[in-house]
Formats: sequence, structure tokens, C-alpha cells
Amino acid sequence: MGAQLRVYRRRMRSVKATKKITKAMELISASRIIKAQQRVNSSSPYANEITEAVRAVATFSQVDHPLTTASESPRRAAVLIIAADRGMAGAYSNAAIKEGDTVIAALKARGITADAYLVGRKALNYYKFRNRAIAGSWTGFSDNPQFKNAREVSAALIEAFTTAAERADEFHIIYTEFKSMITQTPVTGQVLPLETSERPEGLLPQYEFEPDATQVLNALLPRYVEARVFNAMLQSAASEHAARRRAMKSATDNADELIKSLTRLANAARQAEITQEISEIVGGADALASASAGSE
Amino acid sequence: MAASSNLTVDVVSPEKRVWSGEATMVSARTLEGDIGILPDHAPLLGILVEGTVSIKSTDGSSHDFQMSGGFISVSKNRVSVLGEEQAS
Repeated sequence: MGAQLRVYRRRMRSVKATKKITKAMELISASRIIKAQQRVNSSSPYANEITEAVRAVATFSQVDHPLTTASESPRRAAVLIIAADRGMAGAYSNAAIKEGDTVIAALKARGITADAYLVGRKALNYYKFRNRAIAGSWTGFSDNPQFKNAREVSAALIEAFTTAAERADEFHIIYTEFKSMITQTPVTGQVLPLETSERPEGLLPQYEFEPDATQVLNALLPRYVEARVFNAMLQSAASEHAARRRAMKSATDNADELIKSLTRLANAARQAEITQEISEIVGGADALASASAGSE
Repeated sequence: MAASSNLTVDVVSPEKRVWSGEATMVSARTLEGDIGILPDHAPLLGILVEGTVSIKSTDGSSHDFQMSGGFISVSKNRVSVLGEEQAS
């Protein structure tokens, strides 16, 4: 076998092996999207109810709470960025991190120092590589977040809000919204202080509080933050799977293309080899014939 | 108000909707003690402590949930119990 042909065959084998891997990852992600989506859906009743409750307290009580009232001159903000632990998901992580950069730059323009809280190894590596300050980071659960993970993250953020020496005045969360199988967009949501747009337009019932409004609010807000963080994590996980499925699908398609063109090249190389052999034999026979004709 | 004197109850945990349906009575343990909620109860927001939330459903059966804390909110005959259910 000719050297050229051998090279083509070797490359085809390697591309085929890669294709098997990307195909498997595509299928795995495709099956996980559905599950992740269901988890987003089943977590939304809780998130909705708790938002409703927070709204009710914030509207019907004159309680001044650090977590609900916007500071006159905010100085620090906590920014939580949710990215993936693993790559192979196209621009998924990068898009979220870039959105985070935009948010941090916007905060800086308003004179606010931003503390970065990161979820996902990709975000962590990005920040580490650039020697940026990291206020907190969590890894290892980006593709299948549990409520206890959200609780852990929220605890650190609430602490930054209530007890830390340099208290944060705002809390933004950057995650990837799962719009559909094909569209996922990084979005920024302000969790604290409660945005005015979340105040209701209509009339809410006059609530009784048990035991009283301040205590209810104190107990409610951490749960509210947890619910928001958990929902963001679940949406990001669904988006991550969708992004990975798409990236792996195009990788598989590219491998198909590559195999096709390599097959063509290998065929041409094989044919060229055969043609050369034939012309060598013909040339040799000719030479033999003319040599023997000359001797007679 | 109409005579629809039933409560619409939702019991939700962070991860899923645990139970939902129509009920005639809900009782729960809040920070200040046990409360029972009947239809047309005044709007209420309370903190739940560890204890049992029991729901008397309209078909006569009763459902008990062991909660490890959470909230109860009542408005316009809609009762929402938010919290984490304890594995019993």
C-alpha cells in the first residue's frame, strides 16, 4: 500500500473514532435536556409562590429591611455568574461570562464595586487565568444542580448582604435562560433589592402576619433568594445541555463531511497507485519486448 | 363572595409540587402555635415550624405532610404551603 493512501486511512480512522464520541455526547445531552426542562417546570410553582409572598410582605408592611430597600448610594454589588463545569458546549459558558463582564462594567460606570461569585469550572478558570478577584466559587454541579447546592450558594450571598464587613447593596444573577431547544440567551436578573417592576399593579389582599411582618420578611427573604438562585441554576443546566447537544451535533456533521472528503481522497490515491502500477508493468513489458527483439 | 366554600390547596417544595387539590380544612403549626384554616379565612402569611401540616380534602380523606419549616400563605380561599417535606 502506498504511503499517501495509508495516511488517508489513518486520518479516517481517527475521525471515525471522534465521531462516535461526539455522537454519543449528542445523544446523552438530548436525553438530559428533557429531564432538565422538567425540573425547571417543577421548581416554578415554588418560585412563583414565594415571589408572590415576598411581594405581599414588601407591599403591605412598612418594614425597612436591608434586603428590600434600595440603598441611596450603592457601593458594592454581588454578581453571581452561572457557567458550565465542562466545555464541549459551544459558546455557552463564554456567552454567560461575557454577559457578566458587561454587567460588571456597567456597575463600575455607576461607581459600584462588583464582587464576582462564580458557579462552574469554566467561569472559575476564566477568572483565575486573568488574575481577577473571586469572592466565592462553586463547582461540580452545573449540569445537575440540587437544591442543597442553591442553598449553599445563597447562604454565602446572603451573608455578603447582611453580616459581611463591606456589605453588598445589590445582587445580580447572570444565567442562561432556556427559551427553547434552539434558543438560549444569557440574561441578567436583579434579585436584591427587589425590583420595583416586581411590585404588583393591582390590589393585593390585606394580609395578617404571623407572628409579624418583620419576622416573616426575615424568614422569607433567604428562601426567596434560594428559590431565585435554584431556578437560575436549573435553567442554566437545561441551556447547557441544549448548547452541548447542538455543539456535538455540528461536530458529528463535520466529522461526516470530513470522512466523505477523506474517502474521496483515499479513493483517488488508490486509483493513482493502480494506474502507476499498470503503466510500470506496461513499460516494463515494452522494454523487455524491444530488448528481446533486438537480440534476435 | 360566591358560596364556593372550599380551599384550593397547593403544597410545594423547592423541587416539585407535592400535593394540590380542594380541601375543607388545613391545619399547620406556625411560630405562634397551631392554626386551623377554614374557607373564607382572612389573608395570612405565617412562618411554619417543624411539624405536621394536615389537609382535610373534600372527598373526606386527609393528608399529612411532615414539614421541616416553611411558610403558609392564605388569600381568597387559596392556601399555599411552601416548605421542605421531611422524608418520613
